[in-house]
Amino acid sequence: MTAVRIVVALKQVPDLVEELEPSPEGTDVDREYITFVLNEFDDQALEEALLVKEATGAEVVVVALEDSDVDQTLYTALAKGADRAVKVTGAGASGGWLDTHSRAALLAAWLEGQDFDLLITGVQAPDDLDGQLPAIVAGRLGLPHASVVVSVEVKDGAARIRQEFSAGRSAVLEVPLPAVVGVQAARQAPRYAPISRIRQTMQAGGIEEVAVEAPPPASGFTIRRLYPPEKTSHAEMLTGSAGDVAARIVELLRAKGLVRA
Amino acid sequence: MANDVLVVAEHLAGKLTDTTFELLGKAVQLAGASGGQAVALLLGAPELAGELGAADLVITCDHPALAHFTAEAYEAAVAAVLAERQPRLVLLSTTTAGLDLAGSLSVAWDAPLVSYVVGLDADGDTVVATAQIYGGKMLAEVAVESVRTICAVTAGSFPAAAGRRDNPAAAVEAFAGPPSLDAVRSTFVELVEPDAGDVDITAADLLVSVGRGIGSRDNLELVEELAGALGAPLAASRPVTDLGWLPKTRQVGKSGLKVKPRAYLAFGISGAPEHLEGMSGAELIIACNTDARAPIFDVAHYGTTLDLFDLVPELSQQVGA
Ligand SMILES: Cc1cc2nc3c(=O)[nH]c(=O)nc-3n(C[C@H](O)[C@H](O)[C@H](O)COP(=O)(O)OP(=O)(O)OC[C@H]3O[C@@H](n4cnc5c(N)ncnc54)[C@H](O)[C@@H]3O)c2cc1C
Ligand SMILES: Nc1ncnc2c1ncn2[C@@H]1O[C@H](COP(=O)(O)O)[C@@H](O)[C@H]1O
Repeated sequence: MTAVRIVVALKQVPDLVEELEPSPEGTDVDREYITFVLNEFDDQALEEALLVKEATGAEVVVVALEDSDVDQTLYTALAKGADRAVKVTGAGASGGWLDTHSRAALLAAWLEGQDFDLLITGVQAPDDLDGQLPAIVAGRLGLPHASVVVSVEVKDGAARIRQEFSAGRSAVLEVPLPAVVGVQAARQAPRYAPISRIRQTMQAGGIEEVAVEAPPPASGFTIRRLYPPEKTSHAEMLTGSAGDVAARIVELLRAKGLVRA
Repeated sequence: MANDVLVVAEHLAGKLTDTTFELLGKAVQLAGASGGQAVALLLGAPELAGELGAADLVITCDHPALAHFTAEAYEAAVAAVLAERQPRLVLLSTTTAGLDLAGSLSVAWDAPLVSYVVGLDADGDTVVATAQIYGGKMLAEVAVESVRTICAVTAGSFPAAAGRRDNPAAAVEAFAGPPSLDAVRSTFVELVEPDAGDVDITAADLLVSVGRGIGSRDNLELVEELAGALGAPLAASRPVTDLGWLPKTRQVGKSGLKVKPRAYLAFGISGAPEHLEGMSGAELIIACNTDARAPIFDVAHYGTTLDLFDLVPELSQQVGA
C-alpha cells in the first residue's frame, strides 16, 4: 500500500495575549499593530499528523492561505517534520479578515487537485464567525468528517478517531479515508523545532506557492459592528502587596467557613 | 415552514442536554413573535420526545445509523428534514455535535451560518445575531438577510427553563430516514467514560484551579502546596490537562466538568468562554491574572493582577502550609 497522504491546514491568528481594538470602520479588529501567531489548535493538528507519520510512514503536507507571517509558520512546520509546505495565494487569500466559507472555498479548490487521504485541521480558530472550516470543507468535498478530535490513528484505509464530548466523555469512531478531522488536542504536547533547524529550512526555501482562483464571497451576512463586550459585572480588584491581597482572600474564604484556622 | 424555528435536539448517554432546552426556549420566543412554529428535531432516541413539550412540533427520526452521534448520519437526516420543511432558522449549540454539524449543514442546505451566538433576534426579514469572537474579547453584531439561516449558539446564552415543559408536545411526527442513512460511512465504535477513581472536583466546596499561566509542570508544586493547605482539590483549565500536567478528571469547562463550588480560586486562567462555561456558577470566584483585561475578571467577584508566583506562596503561608 502506498503511504497515506495527510494535509494539515495551518492558520495565522491574532495573538490574544495582546490588546485588541476595533478598527476605525468598527467591523474588524485593528490589524496594524497586532502580532500574528499560529492558531494553537493547528499546532495540535500538526502534532497529531506527525504522530501518524511516525507510526505509519505517512506523508505530511502543510498548507496555509497567504497570511501575515505565515512563511515563518510553514518553515517551522517543515523543521518539525512536515514533508512539504504549500502556500495558497490568490485574490482574497490575504489582507483583512476573510470569512470561513471563503477560506474553505479556497482551500477546497486547492484540495480538489490533490491526492490526499486525510485533511487534519485545528478544531477552530478564534477569529471565525461563520463556523469552523473542517466541516465546511468536508461538506464541499462530500467527505466524512469529525471535529473536536483528540486522537487519530490510521490503519487499513480507515482512521480510528476519538471525538470528545462534554464531561470528559469521548466516542471512538471509525471513518474510511479520505476524511476530514478537526483536532482539539494531540495525543501529546506539540513538539518544538530547534531554531537551527528552522533556519536551515528557511535557507533551503521550499515553500511551494500555488495561486487559486478566488471564490465568490460566501458568508452571506454582514458584520454591522465589532466591539468589546460591555461588562455587566467586573471583579472588585484587590490591591496592595501580595501579603495584603493574600490576607483579604483568606478573610473571604474564612467568611464562607472554608478556612479552618 | 417559512417562519419556523427548528432546534436540533442533542442527547448523550440517554439524556437530552441542557443546551437543547436553552435553544428550545429561544425557538419558542422567536417563532411566537413571527407566527411560526418551534420545531424540535430528535434523531434516534424517540423515547425522549415527551421531554420536548415546549415545542409546537417534535419531529422524530429513528434509524440504526442514528443510535449514536456521527456527523455524517446526523447531517443526512437533518439535511433531509430541512429540505422538506424549509424553516426560517435552525438552531444548534456550539457543542461537539453542533460544531461538527453546523458547517456541513450550511453547505448542504446552502444557508449562512453564524457561530458562537450569544444573542439572537429577528428584525423583520433579517436575523440579527451577536456572536463571540477572539476568545470572548470581542462581540460581533451580524445581520443575515436570507430566507434561511443557521446559528450555533454558545451554551448558557439563553435560559434552559424557558425550554422545559412538563406536558407533551402538541404534535409528534415521525420522519422516515432518507436512503442516504443506509450508506453512512462513519461508524460508532464505543463511548469512553472518564476515568473514575480520582477525586471528584464537582463535589468539592472549594477548588484551587490553575491555568497556563503556571508556565511549567514543575511550578505546579506551588499550587499543590496551597491546595493541600486549604484541603481543596486542584482543578485546571484545558491546556494544563492536555499537557498531561494534571489528569483529565481535573479539567473544568466545556469539554471538562461543570463545577459549582462555594469558592473557586483561579490562578493564571484567562477565562475563555469554554472555561467559563464550566465554572461561572461558582458562588465566589477569586481570580489572579497579571492581565487586567483578562475576561476571567468579568465573572470573578474579586480579582488581583498580582503575579501568581508572588501571591500563591504568600497565601500558602497565611493558611498555614
Ligand atoms: C471545543 C473546545 C472545548 C474546550 N474545552 C475547554 C474546557 O473544557 N476547559 C478549558 O479550560 N478550556 C477549554 N477549551 C480551551 C479554551 O478555548 C482556552 O484555550 C483555554 O481555556 C485557555 O486556558 P488558560 O486560561 O489556562 O490559558 P491562556 O488563555 O493561555 O491564559 C493564561 C493566562 O495566564 C495569565 N498569566 C500568565 N502568567 C501569569 C502569572 N505569572 N501570574 C498570573 N497570571 C498569569 C495570562 O495573563 C493569561 O490570561 C476548549 C476549546 C475548544 C475549542
Ligand atoms: N486561512 C487558512 N489557511 C489554512 N488553514 C485554515 C485557514 N483557515 C482555517 N484553517 C483551518 O481550519 C481550522 C478551523 O478554522 P476556523 O474555520 O477559522 O475556525 C483552523 O484551525 C485551520 O486548521
